[in-house]
Amino acid sequence: MAAYLFKRLLQGVITVWFIATATFFAMHNVPGDPLSDQRAVSPAIRANLEARYGLDRPVHEQYLIYMGNMLKGDFGISFTQQNREVNDIIREHFPVSATLGILAITFAALGGILWGALTALYRNRLPDTVIMLLVILGISVPSFVFAALGQLALVNLNAFTGVSLLPVAGWGSISHMLLPALVLGLGTMAYLTRLMRSSMLEIINSDYVRTARAKGLPPARIFARHQLRNAILPVITVLGPAIAAITTGGFVVELVFAIPGLGRYFVQAVQQLDYTVIMGTTVFYGAFLVFMVILVDLLYSWIDPRVRLQ
Amino acid sequence: MSKPVVSDDNFDRAARRQLILYAMGALAFLLVLMLGLSQAARLTSGAVGTFNGAVDADSKAITIYLRDEPPLLDSMRSTDVVSGTVLGHVSEGLLRYDERGEITHGVADHWQQDGTLVSFHIRDNARWSNGEPITAHDFEFAWKTALDPATGSQYAFILYVIKNAKAANQGQLPLSEVGVTAVDDHTLLVELETPIAYFDKLVAFPTYAPVQEAFYQRSNGRYAADADQMLYNGPFMITSWVHGASLRMEKNPYYWDAQRARLNVINAAYITSDSNTLLNLFKDGQIVVADLTAEMLEEAMQRRWQLDRFMDGSVFFMDFNFREGRLTRNRNLRMAMHLAQDSAELVNRVIKLPAYLPAYSLFPVWLDGIEKKFREEYPAPRYPRNIPLAREYLTRAMTELGLERPPRLVMLSSDTPVARIQAEYYQEVFREVLGMEVLIDAQIFQQRLAKMSAGDFDMVLAGWGPDYNDPLTFADLYASWNLNNRGRYQNPALDELVRVGQSSLDPRERMDAFGQIQRILHEDVVQIGNYERGIVYATHPQLKGVVHRVFGAEIDYSYAWIETEGE
Repeated sequence: MAAYLFKRLLQGVITVWFIATATFFAMHNVPGDPLSDQRAVSPAIRANLEARYGLDRPVHEQYLIYMGNMLKGDFGISFTQQNREVNDIIREHFPVSATLGILAITFAALGGILWGALTALYRNRLPDTVIMLLVILGISVPSFVFAALGQLALVNLNAFTGVSLLPVAGWGSISHMLLPALVLGLGTMAYLTRLMRSSMLEIINSDYVRTARAKGLPPARIFARHQLRNAILPVITVLGPAIAAITTGGFVVELVFAIPGLGRYFVQAVQQLDYTVIMGTTVFYGAFLVFMVILVDLLYSWIDPRVRLQ
Repeated sequence: MSKPVVSDDNFDRAARRQLILYAMGALAFLLVLMLGLSQAARLTSGAVGTFNGAVDADSKAITIYLRDEPPLLDSMRSTDVVSGTVLGHVSEGLLRYDERGEITHGVADHWQQDGTLVSFHIRDNARWSNGEPITAHDFEFAWKTALDPATGSQYAFILYVIKNAKAANQGQLPLSEVGVTAVDDHTLLVELETPIAYFDKLVAFPTYAPVQEAFYQRSNGRYAADADQMLYNGPFMITSWVHGASLRMEKNPYYWDAQRARLNVINAAYITSDSNTLLNLFKDGQIVVADLTAEMLEEAMQRRWQLDRFMDGSVFFMDFNFREGRLTRNRNLRMAMHLAQDSAELVNRVIKLPAYLPAYSLFPVWLDGIEKKFREEYPAPRYPRNIPLAREYLTRAMTELGLERPPRLVMLSSDTPVARIQAEYYQEVFREVLGMEVLIDAQIFQQRLAKMSAGDFDMVLAGWGPDYNDPLTFADLYASWNLNNRGRYQNPALDELVRVGQSSLDPRERMDAFGQIQRILHEDVVQIGNYERGIVYATHPQLKGVVHRVFGAEIDYSYAWIETEGE
């Protein structure tokens, strides 16, 4: 177990190093740089700026310096927010994305499992048809559409009732979070519902369920222990990457609902070629994704004893 | 599913009961989780505010939005509009712009200029937000720090009119040689490189704002990074700043003009640039001002909102590449393109954004001349659209250039929605009228700038925003030495006129020079005007006295007040 964990962690570190290196050189090969502005700066001012940020050195030297600093946990200072360290940006904004993401993923996971089980129980009957139709909608409609429609509905609802039931945008309490989290988790929920349904149906027809019923076990027990527990496994598998995707993919939702999350910085940094923020957020999210995948594998062996880690 | 599904009602009923049980369990779990997350949200947001809604007449508080997190509130290095808006409320220079956009006294209560010598007297009751007096040393320190090469200030050039400032910024002279000295606590003496007529307008620019040296040194490189890392001397001060989430400004008790600010709190509770979100927040009564796009106008009229328009000062145009070997060096070719298009058509039928005006000159309509507006005193000459003539010019150009077919040209543009439809308009017009193929090269902002500087284009859709309220802020754009002249247009006659505008002290002579520059740009077809940008915005019916202006804070609440029903 310990050897396995060590091997996985080592692989993870190599993956993150690879991500960092690839991003670094890709970023420096994009035409333009973070220092250009609408107003052309004189060569003297430009030289001052380059010296300040160490951009006057050759790229390979910058790379070595950057990697050295990264190992010390220092991601440097943002180019666009010239007073803030990238570490501060991640520390202040990731908790926001994570808070929203946890609620979204909970919505998605609980919803997906319950709806999936429900549709499997009602297979080919009306509730199944209706839910599966909604699932197709949920998978195919992009989140910015849901975000805009949801917000509009909220404004009309508030106007209709005459009181502010839920805030339209902003951040600060659970009421700010409900709609954005729902919108953010909707796609994943729909996907998980479909996954759960097919996985349930497969198991209903399996031999061990038939055996269990033949033995005369109580139906509730068969449903809970033999069907649900086994059907959840594929759901757990996709949950790891889904968590990473939801906490990173919140850019649109964060913009529409004015939420101070990290997703906005992640996307805007690329648009503004903010080298240090691009590197910081990419490496951070890369490491996060790798970590989630390892975690899911561990969880897997705990839920399903048949899986051995080695 | 080839096998028949085994099913019996008894099993299904039990399974459903079990599922309902799980669902209830899940719901309970969700509630507990939400309780925990609520706590987390409160921690990451700071105090969002003690009241709800756009205006609160009792506490004289309003809620606004910011388009972005202010990137840099250090006045010596700041360059962007959002930071400029916040700085316009919380800091003040020697001179400033008033509610009508005129230069007026700020920290200085009087000043005089005598040739190259300018002296400012700092008012006795000017104080920082910590109660300490503002002195002439605070200005000397701020200006010299902005010029220090180690500071790396992009806007250092705006101080170059001061003696030795440019040389010091380039590291050729020590900062002590820069022509600004605090004679005593209340007198600041400035020596200019040459006598200029517009120094008062430069002094109102944020880069000229004061910074207290002792405080700056104490902040250890983190000056203006947080609300408590900054000293304020404007009518407001920042009392809380949660990055990316909210920024709260409250009345500054130490501001010298206690009468000015009539609001107690300006709470920027929302930071987003999504125009639909802002409209929704405005509809829901959460913010006092919202900008409107074309699609929103009809609804806004139906709702009888109070709508106003305002020109933000920027002018947009198509620039040509004048570098050696470019076809666009040929005047007849440029003339053909100019005659083929119509900026009124572009604005009214293509862009269709409210408050935009067709541009007919580099000098926008709002610029002041001597007594009236510059454009009233020096009307812009025009070439009305003329398709046969355009084709004639094209034929002439093709003969001169030895071309058999109309040339294929590359038009660089940014990738914003407006720039895209604008580029497509010109592509279509040039194809239809002149039979000319135009390749659109749409790039993100930074890459477009890189390509512009490298000269990698035939035409480029560009724009220019003014720094100070004088035609010179536009007039020197095509001077041969100006780095923003990215098409490298060169004309000694124009250069000479720019020098007159820079150095003459006679208003008539200067304006005549600018009028001539306008004529040269027209005759030489140096650019094709696109539009002057404008904004239509809705304001909360109870909020009065909000100022929009080109210079200083783009939107200024420091004169605003809330009207209560009784008044």
